[in-house]
Amino acid sequence: MKEEMDVLEETVSREYKYGFVTDIDTDVAPKGLNEEVIRLISMKKNEPEWMLNWRLKAYNHWLKMEEPKWPNVKYPPIDYQDIIYYAAPKKKKTVNGLDEVDPELLKTFDKLGISLNEQKRLSGVAVDVVVDSVSVATSFKKQLSEVGIIFCSISEAIQNHPDLVKKYLGSVVPMTDNYFAALNSAVFTDGSFCYIPKGVRCPMELSTYFRINTENSGQFERTLIIAEDESYVSYLEGCTAPKRDENQLHAAVVELFAHRKAEIKYSTVQNWFPGDENGLGGIYNFVTKRGICMGDYSKISWSQVETGSAITWKYPSVILKGDNSIGEFYSVALTNHHQQADTGTKMTHLGKNTRSRIVSKGISAGQSQNSYRGLVKTGKNAVNARNYSQCDSLLLGDKCGAHTFPYIESKNKTAVIEHEATTSKIGEDQLFYCRQRGIDTEAAVALIVTGFAKEVMNQLPMEFAVEAQKLLAVSLEGSVG
Amino acid sequence: MLSIKNIHASVEGKEILKGINLDVQPGEVHAIMGPNGSGKSTLASVLAGREEYEVTEGSVDFLGKDILELSPEDRAREGLFLAFQYPVEIPGVSTTNFIKTALNEKRKYHGLPPLDAVSFMKLMKEKMNLVEIDKSLLTRSINEGFSGGEKKKNEIFQMAMLEPKLTILDETDSGLDIDALRIVASGVNKLRDENRAIIVITHYQRLLDYLQPDFVHVLLNGKIVKSGTKELALELEEKGYDFIKDQFSLTPAL
Repeated sequence: MKEEMDVLEETVSREYKYGFVTDIDTDVAPKGLNEEVIRLISMKKNEPEWMLNWRLKAYNHWLKMEEPKWPNVKYPPIDYQDIIYYAAPKKKKTVNGLDEVDPELLKTFDKLGISLNEQKRLSGVAVDVVVDSVSVATSFKKQLSEVGIIFCSISEAIQNHPDLVKKYLGSVVPMTDNYFAALNSAVFTDGSFCYIPKGVRCPMELSTYFRINTENSGQFERTLIIAEDESYVSYLEGCTAPKRDENQLHAAVVELFAHRKAEIKYSTVQNWFPGDENGLGGIYNFVTKRGICMGDYSKISWSQVETGSAITWKYPSVILKGDNSIGEFYSVALTNHHQQADTGTKMTHLGKNTRSRIVSKGISAGQSQNSYRGLVKTGKNAVNARNYSQCDSLLLGDKCGAHTFPYIESKNKTAVIEHEATTSKIGEDQLFYCRQRGIDTEAAVALIVTGFAKEVMNQLPMEFAVEAQKLLAVSLEGSVG
Repeated sequence: MLSIKNIHASVEGKEILKGINLDVQPGEVHAIMGPNGSGKSTLASVLAGREEYEVTEGSVDFLGKDILELSPEDRAREGLFLAFQYPVEIPGVSTTNFIKTALNEKRKYHGLPPLDAVSFMKLMKEKMNLVEIDKSLLTRSINEGFSGGEKKKNEIFQMAMLEPKLTILDETDSGLDIDALRIVASGVNKLRDENRAIIVITHYQRLLDYLQPDFVHVLLNGKIVKSGTKELALELEEKGYDFIKDQFSLTPAL
């Protein structure tokens, strides 16, 4: 037992494996936030005036807001004037192929094991790579455009599809929604835009790798996915970040729109730098993700594997407006060292016969704190709404914490809401059983944790599931109590 | 194959084993009997390497190695298998996946490549037939929701898959009905050969009826107080442990 705790200590103190810095010339805005910086961002991106005005409106609203205090996380006050809000890799005129991409950047991808060439050839995944706020490579665009799918950076969408952006941007996550969403609306630099026309089933998984790269630069991504009637898309988002000593703020906004009978599947693997074993550094990940099932029989499904970040504040949610629409949330959140996660979902049932399902698996190790926070809400007209929530926590070691905050607000008597929760520890008995079969402690912990998270892992697209499984094992190597 | 010399072991400062000596040769089946609290399961735990048991004196040689120096996983990889009295549930991990992981860890230790999927399935099929285990059990999470009989059968199936040199059956008969006992015992019998040894830890004669041990040892208050052939087990069954206790005028252990 004691020895096992030692193994835990030892592996817990292991260095973050993706800590390296890419040397690329960057075009950087001065530190701090004011109207001038916002104008600079907008100008750099050659944006139309309506976009600039929208940003400024958001900025002015943000100034009147306060940072939320209710999450179960603690961190020193953030100095918003000490952050760089814009950094772009020096851009060559246009990028037609990988040969025109900065070789340093390609090397970075190689280190991460996400070589674009490999991705293109082997998996058929279209990758829209976002490095420090500007999309530098977009592939498979042609194949997608043949079926009428638009998959590009949000900056390009603002230029080329302003009507779509104007119509949807900020309509499910209003700029006034919360402190970080307002900040993002003011300063977002890039992100992905995806439009699936009526009746089209996206022929491949769409994927974006995000990566923070410039020291002190906050990353403010903005993603917009629109699925028209009877369309389908599966979108993958994954990230690793280089090691930094200073905290970096990441405040993304993701908005999803599913029209009648449309389905959006959004999967995330999040592995931002979590800070070192003393809790120094690491990413603050304050994300607003929300989707709306606008049409009848539409479906939105969020799956996430969260292993990184010093602090995670994230509630991918679904508004079930259309009758018979379905919302799902599958989550694995793993915290180690001094990481803190407050994550969960909100399912808002408005339409008739709407259904939602929540499966949350929290894994806490080291001295970390892991909270599930969920709200299931049924409106007056949500006749026969149904929800099933399952929240399981697994503790590794005796210095970490797991918390569950489920909230229910029901205004319709026909609604059925179920909630189940369990908390367990990796038992000494389980470990010994594995070891007696020749499976060492590290491999045993990986096996047990993978088993615990299986229900969620099964929801991930194949190539992502493999990556995520490795990530769980790497993030935990050792552990136990 | 196994040579236990004067083993003393304690848990939380309390001495449970007080000088055990035992020699096991390949092909032999040894039964260790004794009342509750006599130290039978402690002996199994000490051999398997459970860390809460502290060996204070003595040595254990297993195939020329001092196994007290080895981690539990290395003892397993060297060919020591413990069939647990209370097999542990691991939710979400299928029996197949569990055994595959165990088997490949063992192969890695011996410098062998992992077994490919086809060979693994072939081996599974062969052993499944041998121990009469139901296929559906293997896709379920290991031991989760298994009946007592299914759990024990699963232990024997793992034994068949891992092909240990020395198996310790720790009260494998407890909680089994007559039919399950017969199936489990016949599984064990099929796995016997001249190169493998088995130590059977049990309270009762009934498992020994099937296994026919070469030697029977009576453990009392942390010591082997009497050794004999299978007839000793019958005598115990008939007269109870009190007759031994009286004979050795020992106060019964808790």
